[in-house]
Amino acid sequence: MELTVGAVQFFWKPEQWAEFHAELADVPVDRVVLGELVCSKRLPFYQDLIPDAVARLQAAGKEVVLTSLALITLKRERKLTAELAGMGCEVEINDLTALSYLPEGAAFSVGALVNVYNEGTLNWLADKGARRICLPPELPLASIEALAKAGAARGVAIEVWGHGRLPLAISGRCYHSRLYNRPKDNCQYACEEDPDGRPVETLEGQSFLAINGVQTLSDSHACAARQVEKLRAAGVSALRLSPQSKGFADLCRGYRAVLEGTMSAEALVADLIASDPDLRLSDGFIDGARGVDWSGLREPA
Amino acid sequence: MEIVCPAGTPAALRAAVKAGAHTVYCGFADETNARNFPGLNFERDEMRESIARAHEHGAKVLIAINTYPRAGAEALWHRAVADAAGCGADAIILADPGLLAFAAREFPDLRRHLSVQAAAANADIINFYAAEFGVKRVVLPRVLSVPEIAAINAETDVETEVFVFGGLCVMAEGRCSLSSYATGKSPNMNGVCSPASHVEYREEAGRLDARLGGYTIHRVGAGEPAPYPTLCKGCFTAGDKTGHLFEDPVSLNAEALMPALQKAGVTALKIEGRQRSVSYVSQVVRNFRAAVDALEAGLPMPEGMLARLSEGQAGTTGAYKKTWR
Repeated sequence: MELTVGAVQFFWKPEQWAEFHAELADVPVDRVVLGELVCSKRLPFYQDLIPDAVARLQAAGKEVVLTSLALITLKRERKLTAELAGMGCEVEINDLTALSYLPEGAAFSVGALVNVYNEGTLNWLADKGARRICLPPELPLASIEALAKAGAARGVAIEVWGHGRLPLAISGRCYHSRLYNRPKDNCQYACEEDPDGRPVETLEGQSFLAINGVQTLSDSHACAARQVEKLRAAGVSALRLSPQSKGFADLCRGYRAVLEGTMSAEALVADLIASDPDLRLSDGFIDGARGVDWSGLREPA
Repeated sequence: MEIVCPAGTPAALRAAVKAGAHTVYCGFADETNARNFPGLNFERDEMRESIARAHEHGAKVLIAINTYPRAGAEALWHRAVADAAGCGADAIILADPGLLAFAAREFPDLRRHLSVQAAAANADIINFYAAEFGVKRVVLPRVLSVPEIAAINAETDVETEVFVFGGLCVMAEGRCSLSSYATGKSPNMNGVCSPASHVEYREEAGRLDARLGGYTIHRVGAGEPAPYPTLCKGCFTAGDKTGHLFEDPVSLNAEALMPALQKAGVTALKIEGRQRSVSYVSQVVRNFRAAVDALEAGLPMPEGMLARLSEGQAGTTGAYKKTWR
């Protein structure tokens, strides 16, 4: 199995964005998705850094893909998305709007925020030129198996959300702005304060979600480490690791070691928890009753 | 403008038609539609009879088949499309591209509407759905302002339908897995959100807690009205702020915006609430029909007629006003 690094979901300072991607060149991953997924207002702050990051990652042998926004409504967002096709990299669509701009027959990837739930939709996307699909994180193993099989028949690689806070919802409303009683048009980039999202707790102090501008994420970090054998058997060809502000290079190395069989899933989980004692993990969407469920022990044995 | 009214049961459908609905929408009693609640929806024979009866009264019936078919089980959704055609439905409301492709291929004469669950939020994607699947109408997601709706109508020949009353999704529809994260039950896959089966009320120490999937998301004093614990309308804490971080426990009431929506080129106004009672449906439909008739005749709109029917006693115009964002 391969490793794909997803687009950064959060609003990072330009220096942090540049450093993160420079470091990735030396990390054992196969593919990196660049660009803005969540909010078009963020892009002007770092878009000039993208060409350098592309060049450096390609020179290091990584495949580089450019993402579309997850929710495209405004005219300038439509224009921005239409321009993606001409930037010399494969496009990952995360809103079907992006597909409407691609040249007929161009190969493209499909991100986790497009609803690919069944073979009919997979086949329709394959007809359009899809060669790789990262499945929606909420799909259970039975669906993953069926879609990996259908993908194999059409030459479409199937990827699964491997690690990171789960993208649970996207909205027209910005929750960071709402938190500060600001209108979205005058958000003052409040989301920049939270490089991994703003934690949201319940009334009883249970950790539950994280706010990231117009996006809502899970509090728990999805972790497919304990599911690797099942996913491999199902025919899944890659895991997607979602960027986080701390310890990401080590995390990638850990997953690589698990895929190569030089490290056990339990050892990786123990390392992850040791590096952040407050970390909560989940793999319930793949193989549990609810998305938040975790198949392993809370504490390392 | 056309009024599109909800019916969770044959009795509600009859009531809606009697109250003046131009069009009624409903679903089959299974996971193929986004209101898959116990005791709700139509068996095949009920659907056939209800459609025939609606047609006798000059009303149309739309069938929502708007969940995302499960991999390995698409036949269930394909059968629903075939049965909708067989029952004489005036259109089907679909969200999944694979299912749209199937319907366009196998039942080209059955009119296709794009469900709100597809969250098609700009003219380019709407025109794309029209070119790909022959979609004739789109139900717009509740993320758009009235000027944005007008701009979309200026750029497409596809009819637009917008929600004006009832429950309100805060997230882009069909792109939210909060419910399946917390309860395992998914709007996209199971047709349910924040299901009653996972709700628990606990009264202690003079207060009433409402929990969903073990998460306490509402707390009121004992004896106070407790809103239903829908996840996106719960009360949460972020840092030093506690409140309704996503949305207040409000429901949509855009009756005051009807003239603006008409001017924006909207074809149809949709009322949410297939889970609602017959008397609720009758009242809401009667009021909206009167308002539309007044609007078309150039008469003043009756004001505030529906406020008391709103969930949680508070109404919002949602994203239709840009400041909502």
